[in-house]
Amino acid sequence: MANPITKITSNKPVLTDNDPQEELITLNLGPTHPATHGVFQNVLQMDGERIVSGVSTIGYIHRAFEKIAEHRPFYQITPLTDRLNYCSSPINNMGWHMTVEKLLEIEMPKRVDYMRVIIMELARITDHIICNGILGVDTGAFSGFLYVMHEREKIYEIYEEICGSRLTTNIGRIGGFERDFNESVFAKIRAFLKRFPPVLDEFTELFDRNRIFIERTSGVAAVDTATALDYSWSGPLLRATGLDYDVRVMEPYSSYEEFDFEIPVGTNGDVYDRYMVRNEEMRQSMRIIEQALDKIEKEPAGIFHADVPEYYLPPKEKVYNNMEALIYHFKIVMGEVDTPKSEVYHAVEGANGELGFYLINDGGRSPYRLHFRRPSFINYSMYAPMSRGMLLSDAIINMSSLNVIAGELDA
Amino acid sequence: MSKLDNKVLFSRLQERFGDLISNETEPYGLLTVETQKANIIEVLEYLKKDEDLQFIYLTDITAVHYPEQELSIAVVYHLHSFVHNVRVRIKVYIDGQNPIIPSATLLWKGADWMERETYDFFGVRFQGHPNLQRILNVDDMDVFPMRKEYPLEDPNRVDKKDYFFGR
Repeated sequence: MANPITKITSNKPVLTDNDPQEELITLNLGPTHPATHGVFQNVLQMDGERIVSGVSTIGYIHRAFEKIAEHRPFYQITPLTDRLNYCSSPINNMGWHMTVEKLLEIEMPKRVDYMRVIIMELARITDHIICNGILGVDTGAFSGFLYVMHEREKIYEIYEEICGSRLTTNIGRIGGFERDFNESVFAKIRAFLKRFPPVLDEFTELFDRNRIFIERTSGVAAVDTATALDYSWSGPLLRATGLDYDVRVMEPYSSYEEFDFEIPVGTNGDVYDRYMVRNEEMRQSMRIIEQALDKIEKEPAGIFHADVPEYYLPPKEKVYNNMEALIYHFKIVMGEVDTPKSEVYHAVEGANGELGFYLINDGGRSPYRLHFRRPSFINYSMYAPMSRGMLLSDAIINMSSLNVIAGELDA
Repeated sequence: MSKLDNKVLFSRLQERFGDLISNETEPYGLLTVETQKANIIEVLEYLKKDEDLQFIYLTDITAVHYPEQELSIAVVYHLHSFVHNVRVRIKVYIDGQNPIIPSATLLWKGADWMERETYDFFGVRFQGHPNLQRILNVDDMDVFPMRKEYPLEDPNRVDKKDYFFGR
């Protein structure tokens, strides 16, 4: 099938005065349509079922996170990051904490690094299975979604075991974790690693060679690497075009350089490739988690944070019984800790691509400026221009494959 | 390929632009330089198109407001060279009363939304942008909320009646 993106010029409607505008229909796709995967709107000019032009409108759930962050101590920014990409909130959490640790130049114990890797890869799996599951729903296949939803619950149970919450997790701390993984956590992770591969196999058997699925996705919304780079795409979308850019490999954080894994890439950059890349990434994630479990066994047990009492929030029982812990607790909660005047950019490989935190610190109790480089926001900017000339049904599948999370889009 | 040394990169920039590139710092290993708005596009174009450097990836555009400075708005660009696996940060300080800077959309289409976001929050007008409208905030808003002159409400104020606000 030919590449449907022939020309991308600007965001302005392509209609001119000579066009018989009466024959075009304006279609509001969204803001709260099931196929828009969140609260955002596309005003499309339709010629029959074909999209002539479109304008994307976003910002419906904009919550001013960057502004709020300027008024909060570092710890209280963690819940804001959770709510960026709520499908994989631990990655956002860890990314923020690593940014602050980079600013404070805190060295992490290896065991903490591996624990973080496990959590981040589990989060990547939850994000990808939901994205691919919903892609199946949008092509008319519901059962795959039900299979994987069950697996997401299993991962949420692991989160729950660690920190008590499931969706917006708040697992991390500056300097490590709030608590150690107990035996039950490790047992649940191992059980998941055993039960998930056959489910994933079954899921992929449903779609990979399914004629309807292939015809709906193959060749649809194909993007070449140059165009993807022009629009600053990252993550599975960029990798589906054939470029193996992955922050975990390019700029390893949290000891990712010690892990053996591959970066799956596609060839056509179409919806089918994005689906395949995500599936393969889930397999690679499991590979990483298995290695991390092996590595953790070789590290001394019970170390779940760095020895930085001036930055690491002490546990409650210590606060009640230990004077120093009480003082540190007070200073940390009130944002009275000394931080260097500097600026730092730290990026992690989020489920949707490069998730960056640009922090400018003036030594005060809150960041002077905090900017989130949100992959969904940047990836979605191509949606309206790339939809031109596309059938509406293909545009729906395309939106599904972009995996735009409204919380990350708007922030 | 091995990492491009920051010193080499800075000397390349100085060789090409001379004094127009200044204030070299390396916070946490990321080369940060300043330049002027008149030549920002030239600098970005050089970094992007130079065969050796190849900073082809525009990671991010944003701004920072320093109300106490004469040139009170800093527009910040992050670029990434995949070939050398090096990032660079470029800052341009512009007048906060009349914040105008050329648009980078001619070099990267991805700059479109990043610049709209920066305009929306800081009021930076990007000359040559094809569609410079607010993106996250409502269109009829007449302030640029990320500027420091719009502080958040004091959470401890007591003069406000909660029942007027549904609380």
